[in-house]
Amino acid sequence: MLPPLAGIVLDEQAQLTLAELSRACAAQAEHIIELVEEGVLEPAGDEPQLWRFTCVHLRRARVAVRLQRDLGINLAGAALALQLLDEVEALRARLRAIGGG
Amino acid sequence: MEFKDYYETMGVKRDATQDEIKRAYRTLARKYHPDVSKVADAEARFKELGEAYEVLKDPEKRAAYDQLGANWKAGQDFRPPPDWKEGFEFSGGDAGGGDAAEFSDFFELLYGRGARPGAGSRASFHGQGEDRHATVLIDLEDAYTGTTRTITLRVPAVDAQGHVSVREHSLNVTIPRGIRAGQHIRLAGQGAPGIGQGKAGDLYLEVEFRPHARYRIDGRDVYLDLPIAPWEAAMGATVEVPAPDGMLELKVPADSAAGRKLRLKGRGIPGTTPGDLYVVLQIALPSADTDAAKAFYRSMGEQFKSFDARAKLGVGI
Repeated sequence: MLPPLAGIVLDEQAQLTLAELSRACAAQAEHIIELVEEGVLEPAGDEPQLWRFTCVHLRRARVAVRLQRDLGINLAGAALALQLLDEVEALRARLRAIGGG
Repeated sequence: MEFKDYYETMGVKRDATQDEIKRAYRTLARKYHPDVSKVADAEARFKELGEAYEVLKDPEKRAAYDQLGANWKAGQDFRPPPDWKEGFEFSGGDAGGGDAAEFSDFFELLYGRGARPGAGSRASFHGQGEDRHATVLIDLEDAYTGTTRTITLRVPAVDAQGHVSVREHSLNVTIPRGIRAGQHIRLAGQGAPGIGQGKAGDLYLEVEFRPHARYRIDGRDVYLDLPIAPWEAAMGATVEVPAPDGMLELKVPADSAAGRKLRLKGRGIPGTTPGDLYVVLQIALPSADTDAAKAFYRSMGEQFKSFDARAKLGVGI
């Protein structure tokens, strides 16, 4: 048995830099900056060098990048898709809470 | 080797135009994209679709595929005819959908490993290896105690001759107490190896909870539906509650209606700010399946003559 590896937990506290997030998404920094400008990601910090992203941003950014790449949709389309996916997820959670799903 | 019918996968005729193929891809990709779709096998379907599109969108690959003839059926045992791809040269292509490393053996047999989109060339201009991602499924109870998980990753490796192979790589990972769905565990240096002297990439594990038969989870809070007897609801009682970290005693106040939420502060997912455990009361009725039970319910009706179960509907009697 291998000794267990302990990683760093990325939680809702902002931790990732722009460079780290770009690399984790296999995207160019410019692409992440566009997502911030579109309002898809709202990092802490005032300017790109100071931006810090959370685990929620990591997930959103990866989905946005994949949707753009795989479905050929533009930035605004990906932003809209993410917003609708959030709504669907919130509704599903309510459905689960009342025992319907 | 199983034959793959790429036209069938994409739902197009063999004489479909390139525009029709592109349209079919877009439509099916929206339907089966794993980030969007809730279809059970969406991920597998999306991968098949990406592979089919990789072939059919490229006139050269498509022409070579068509040369195999129209008589093959999906799933049929397949051996390529000798020299079938004479006159074609496959030099890789731009990325299609999905994770490029996951194309089938059938695809590889036809087009070679080098034809996987992005194989070999992708990281050549910088030294650091790519980051990788995986999902780790845990039980709610694991978040209360912490645990370790063995993660098995399929890792494409490129040898000195440029051949790509997939090997399995197992890691033992500590899942700390207090972890919640949507959080990631970042393992430095466990991603793809670097090029030359470059550093390896990182591995990101996204945590998800397995659906639980008993609990619902909302962030750090946990919900439990607790059935109680009518007399416990009416007169109050102390009942045993199965919390994720063991049995608890809970005081049910008198006059509790169904749906009443009782909060057990700090008994949700642990952490610096621990979550709460919410017990949602449900009233379980004994069934009136004996004469004695029927008589009891009847006399209860007599006793509560002035009780209006539908008072809140505001319609009067």
